[in-house]
Amino acid sequence: MKNSNSSNIKISLMSKRLTEFFEMIAGLWQFQYQFFKQVFIPPYEVEQIRKHMDELGIKTLPIVSVTGFIIGLVITMQMHPVMVRFGAEAFLPGSVGISIVRELGPVITALIFAGRVSSGIGAELGSMRVTEQIDAMEVSGVNPFKYLVVTRIFACTFILPILTVYVIFIAFIGSYIAVVLVQNMSYIYYIDSVIGSVEFGDAIPGILKTFVFGFIVGIVGSYKGYTATNGTEGVGKAATTAVVVASLMILIFDMVLVKVTLWLWPTI
Amino acid sequence: MNIVVDIKNVSKSFGSLNVLNNVSLSVEENENLVVFGQSGTGKSVLLKCMVRLLEPDAGEIYIEGNNVLHLNPKELNDVRKHLGFLFQGAALYDSMSVRENLEFPLIRHFNFTPKEREDKIKSVLEKVSLEEAIDKMPSELSGGMKKRIGLARSIISEPKLMLYDEPTTGLDPITSKEISSLILELQKSLNMTSVIVTHDLLCAEIIADRAIVLNEGIVQHEGTITELTTSSDHFLRNFFSHEILEDQNRRN
Repeated sequence: MKNSNSSNIKISLMSKRLTEFFEMIAGLWQFQYQFFKQVFIPPYEVEQIRKHMDELGIKTLPIVSVTGFIIGLVITMQMHPVMVRFGAEAFLPGSVGISIVRELGPVITALIFAGRVSSGIGAELGSMRVTEQIDAMEVSGVNPFKYLVVTRIFACTFILPILTVYVIFIAFIGSYIAVVLVQNMSYIYYIDSVIGSVEFGDAIPGILKTFVFGFIVGIVGSYKGYTATNGTEGVGKAATTAVVVASLMILIFDMVLVKVTLWLWPTI
Repeated sequence: MNIVVDIKNVSKSFGSLNVLNNVSLSVEENENLVVFGQSGTGKSVLLKCMVRLLEPDAGEIYIEGNNVLHLNPKELNDVRKHLGFLFQGAALYDSMSVRENLEFPLIRHFNFTPKEREDKIKSVLEKVSLEEAIDKMPSELSGGMKKRIGLARSIISEPKLMLYDEPTTGLDPITSKEISSLILELQKSLNMTSVIVTHDLLCAEIIADRAIVLNEGIVQHEGTITELTTSSDHFLRNFFSHEILEDQNRRN
């Protein structure tokens, strides 16, 4: 009897979670539909987009700088003994370069960006929702979705690729320092080696997918905040679930986009 | 007299909870209508239905002749531009200073020059006696100051209809009386029509021309404050004896 009760509770909890999950997917789908419907309609709120891009860029710059530097340094130090084992030390800068440009740079930057920005947007919009600021904006005849949501998603989508290029650059500096530490190599040889190995075709898919990642961070954070309920508890929940959902979606979309890229351009 | 707000048979439910049940009422031009009722009787829901922050399940709501429930988003925004709404917590935009809060509707809906905007901001701040708060952030203001700035933001576009959701909740009796007197003063000087949702009998006594009492989703009683407070109806006696007691406690 006790066991049957406990399994009933588990089943009802699981079905509640599943319902919430599918509601969220439907909500996100509707949200992105609203975004594309409204993004082309004036007013374009250019000043707000610029402000958000400034804020998001500045907010994330220190943490992505440190992360990029450490990633470049650590990957190089880790790969060095392996390359020595195969007698391929000369290929170290090129191998590290390709890993950073194709995968590590975009994904790590996106995940850090999700952690920093998605929760911030979720908390900010969530607190505006529960304190009726969004309602006040709507009643004053201003479209809050356009003013608050579209501008943030737009800013996230376009600032993340810029941050990614910057992180890749910083990661190369970290990698060069590691190369100097583990083997004697001039920076000219290092740059030559990287340029010789990393092709334009390696960089383009990596950078292009960060537009998608930026969009995911913006839309998930905005959706969670904009639809927050239950007072301050709801705001906290919006902030934390925004990070989890955005990070998970980045990894899933990365997998899909890598597959699509390889399917479209098998030679890359 | 012109009818500014005309509500006909409005119903609203949340799931199985029936909050408004065929509510009908009208408000005349320059009239102050106070909406009383216990917590959870749908007073704020009624106010939010009037500006379509919530969609009623049935009924019709006319504001200055426009059926707001049949307007497209653009037409609805045009109606909203000409009304003011003071929220319970004032709902000032946290990330903006008082000046930016006040100029927000002006920048978006009017073609004022920066000088005209500044003059308007100073003029409404003078009306609510908070000229010195112009560069402060909402987090630096007290509850009463927030309500005043919220009021200033609502009247800056000179609306003909003002909606107040619990304008004195959470304030001490002195500030509450000041806000109520300010609402009345502004209503007289700007010739506004007002709908005020409140629990506060003192506030209602100062402002109301007429009052209604919502109970179980319907307009159960209507009249002047004196008529309602002196009524022999069992529900009204119960309701107002509690309110009067609370009011006396606050005054003491």
